[in-house]
Amino acid sequence: MNKSRGYIIQGIFVVVAILFSIRLFSLQVLDDSYKTAADNNIIQAEIEYPFRGLIYDRNGEILVANKAIFDLLVIPTQIKNIDTLRFCNLVGISVEEFETKVKKAKAYSYVKTSLFLKQISLEEFSKFEDHLDEFPGFVLQPRTTRSYTYPILANALGYISEISQYELDRDTVNYYHSGDYIGKSGLESNYETYLRGLRGKQFKIRNVRGVEKGKFKDGKFDTLAVPGFSITSTIDRTLQEYAEKLMKGKSGSIVAIEPSTGEILSIVSAPSYEPGLLSGKDFSKNFNTIKQDTLKPLFNRPLMAAYRPGSIFKIVQALVAMQEGVITPYTRFKCNTNLIGCHNGASHPFGTSEKLVGAIKNSCNPFFYQVMRKMVVQHVEESAYKDAKIGLDKWNGYVRNFGFGAPLGIDLPGEKGGLIPDSKYYDRAYGGREWKFSNIYSIAIGEGENLVVPIQMANFTATVANRGYYYKPHLVKAISNTGNPLPIYTKKNYTGVDSAYFEVAVEAMAEVIKSGTGQWRAKLKDIEVCGKTGTVQNDPNPDHSVFIAFAPRDNPKIAISVYVENAGQGARAAAAISGLLIEKYLKKDSATLYFEPYVLKGDFE
Amino acid sequence: MRRSDGLINQLDWMTIILYGLLVIFGVINIYAAVFDVDSTSSFFSLSHNAGKQMLFIGIAIIVAIVILSLDYKIFDTLAYPIWLVFIILLVVVMIFAREVNGAKSWLEIGSFRFQPSEFTKFATALALAKYVSKPNFKIGRLKDMFYLALIIGTPAILIIAQGDAGTALVFSMFVLVLFREGMSPIPLVLGVVSAIIFLLALLVENDLYFWSPVAVIVGLGIYFNRKNIKRIILITAIGFAVIGMYHSVGYAFESLLKPHQQNRILVLLNPNADPLGAGWNVTQSKIAIGSGGLSGKGYLKGTQTKFDFVPEQSTDFIFCTIGEEQGWLGSMIVIILFTALLLRITQIAERQKWRFARVYGYSVATILFFHFTVNIGMTIGLFPVIGIPLPFFSYGGSSLISFTILVFILLALDANRMQRLAH
Repeated sequence: MNKSRGYIIQGIFVVVAILFSIRLFSLQVLDDSYKTAADNNIIQAEIEYPFRGLIYDRNGEILVANKAIFDLLVIPTQIKNIDTLRFCNLVGISVEEFETKVKKAKAYSYVKTSLFLKQISLEEFSKFEDHLDEFPGFVLQPRTTRSYTYPILANALGYISEISQYELDRDTVNYYHSGDYIGKSGLESNYETYLRGLRGKQFKIRNVRGVEKGKFKDGKFDTLAVPGFSITSTIDRTLQEYAEKLMKGKSGSIVAIEPSTGEILSIVSAPSYEPGLLSGKDFSKNFNTIKQDTLKPLFNRPLMAAYRPGSIFKIVQALVAMQEGVITPYTRFKCNTNLIGCHNGASHPFGTSEKLVGAIKNSCNPFFYQVMRKMVVQHVEESAYKDAKIGLDKWNGYVRNFGFGAPLGIDLPGEKGGLIPDSKYYDRAYGGREWKFSNIYSIAIGEGENLVVPIQMANFTATVANRGYYYKPHLVKAISNTGNPLPIYTKKNYTGVDSAYFEVAVEAMAEVIKSGTGQWRAKLKDIEVCGKTGTVQNDPNPDHSVFIAFAPRDNPKIAISVYVENAGQGARAAAAISGLLIEKYLKKDSATLYFEPYVLKGDFE
Repeated sequence: MRRSDGLINQLDWMTIILYGLLVIFGVINIYAAVFDVDSTSSFFSLSHNAGKQMLFIGIAIIVAIVILSLDYKIFDTLAYPIWLVFIILLVVVMIFAREVNGAKSWLEIGSFRFQPSEFTKFATALALAKYVSKPNFKIGRLKDMFYLALIIGTPAILIIAQGDAGTALVFSMFVLVLFREGMSPIPLVLGVVSAIIFLLALLVENDLYFWSPVAVIVGLGIYFNRKNIKRIILITAIGFAVIGMYHSVGYAFESLLKPHQQNRILVLLNPNADPLGAGWNVTQSKIAIGSGGLSGKGYLKGTQTKFDFVPEQSTDFIFCTIGEEQGWLGSMIVIILFTALLLRITQIAERQKWRFARVYGYSVATILFFHFTVNIGMTIGLFPVIGIPLPFFSYGGSSLISFTILVFILLALDANRMQRLAH
């Protein structure tokens, strides 16, 4: 009997052995989580931040560079015998802040590094870098932020700042980590994937006390940071600086394009802010100040402000009507102010009848009223209502071909499309009630429902300068990896209007400058400028001053749109600014800049 | 020299080979546990534990040879004096020893340190065997049971008093030996039941969950024995005893165990409760073993041990090194070697005609079994962290030499079993 108890005891031995084998099998072979846990214990990834790509102007001048800043990191377990008060004085924080920060770091990990203080500038850094060895447990991590060579172009360049939770959630490929910098607006945002480069990672092994013990797997998984691609913008720094100077104290926008390429030479949104304010440690403070400014410096007017185009739109109307065949360059209409008001009575007495060039030169409202009626009312349907719909939609198609009514696709975020009404639009607006030409005629002269953004006006000017086509306006002419702009910017877009008709428009715009009323402010010696004024009604506030121009007439080098809010007649502020910029760009240092004091004074009444 | 020729032929070489494999595998892993990338020193250097363990192995071999060359009868003759000597040493330790890790168990003479509690295991086994093999011994008789309790209990209580409850628990294994010798299984069953009640008392949060099943079982017992009033009384008494025990556990737990011992048990029940504090050892030990995978990270390549995440790597947690670097296959080699050794020793014990040798043999098997089970069980989170070494594996001279003595006395007795028969 007792001998069988020996078997029971042996049985217990075997059962325990089997239990251990099963338990070990499940721990070691079936469950992978311990492998990860073991790796997490020892591996600490150290991030090497890449050098963000630079931004140059079209002549190779640096507009945006990087400057070194430092993040102060802490490893709580290594803090030993430090003079806290001295440390706080050097870093510039209070002892309470110090304690909160250390506590927070400890809550994360005693042995892993936590961020202690962000964005220490080089000057602050130099104050205590020599003393850093007195404070074991604190490490400096170099990073870079943006620095700006010139205080210009803020809205177009954009800014970078720490990534938001929303952006992190949207980053499905998990490129970004919390604390990374990301382009938030302007080129920084649009070219983020080119500029950002590739983060480097070094996997270090640390023992239980946080002491470094070499590279994980001999650095097999380590990567070096790859600098971002630099971009060369189309901006002419000198012109940009001058344009911003002219717009100082005013609201509005300037867009200057090189017609032969679609490259934006200058883009001004006024008022603006100094780009350096949104870089570095004071970002949050400065950002709030700028954001709360009632003049909205962050509102990028050239892309976002939709205005009624005013009389400059008459050139579009002329081109569309000629192409459609409802008028010829020789068609005359009487200046019948019973149809629509006309404010150019002095040079253009009531009752005269003009051909197209004259009508444009004198900005004759009744002429374009009748052009539009011919366009809209083509008598293809018996019902005047149905007829108007067909005519309007035909017109709408032409106008859209000029790049109006939808975003052009510039390489900046936030571009608006404006509005070119079609039959559906009026059906909605009239809520089912019938409408016909007599209800909508004010669109004929660029008033009414038409809305365009300044970049579209400049693009249209470039289209006229090119006699019929445009390249989408863009701000980057070369990305350093290819040396080319993005492919969509090298494709010609045709308007569908014959270049012969454009010659008529060019002739008219040249006449505007030569002998129109008051537009002489854009006239230049030795350079034939072609332009058109607009004075956009803005009751009860002062009118907006609008001017589009290109020069020289043959082989144009620059096409420009200027929109100055509440500055009265287009022939004054906008024309003068256009003239100055064209002269500055084409003549460089030999420009006489006659109207500069007039513009800088800023009194256009 | 005929006697020694005969001895060599009579020796159980299977046990010696298993013993040898375990010791060699052990020292190899001690080297891995203490291995430091930054300062590679020779395997045999006495500056680290592996080198010292080599020295202890040398001493162990000499001790083994000495034991084998002694007259086997001396163990029977000197059983009580040996026991007494170690009891006295335990008392001496309590008076003179310095406290290490909350326990006063080390005796220091110059640079030589040793732990008498390790040696009391074989001494108690000898005394127990001697007493049980008495001609007029009768298991279950009150007087005999009292003396047995004295032999086993004295060292156990002294060791608890030293603050080393883990080592004291080993003495509970003698119950298994007495069970083999015919003792009623009730103490064994009671022990297991008590352990279960103890765990339930700590695990169950609402007393109702414990009360109700007990009430149901007692109720059913009464119903099925409704005609037997004696049994009804017995069942009710057991019911009350169980409930009473359940409720006294909380008190016992807090008053009898030291805070660190309480923590170890609580952590076993829920290691995630305090992963950086009391749960650290278990968590890191499981991570080490679990990360080994099927075939391990490779010799000297374990990160958990190399970078000091596992505590007591070369002593109590030596199994982590095997688990991490040799994987499941390496762990299985250890499990199989130990189980083979345990079964072999049981078989050796069974083939003894002399009760003294058989009881001693079972003592050896159960003591090794306890160490093996508790040590590996704690590293894989099945037992609370009880600081006892893995026999032959863990670094430590006292441990290695005492286990060597334990095993080789049995081999000496076994080698001479035919002579004993001839008497």
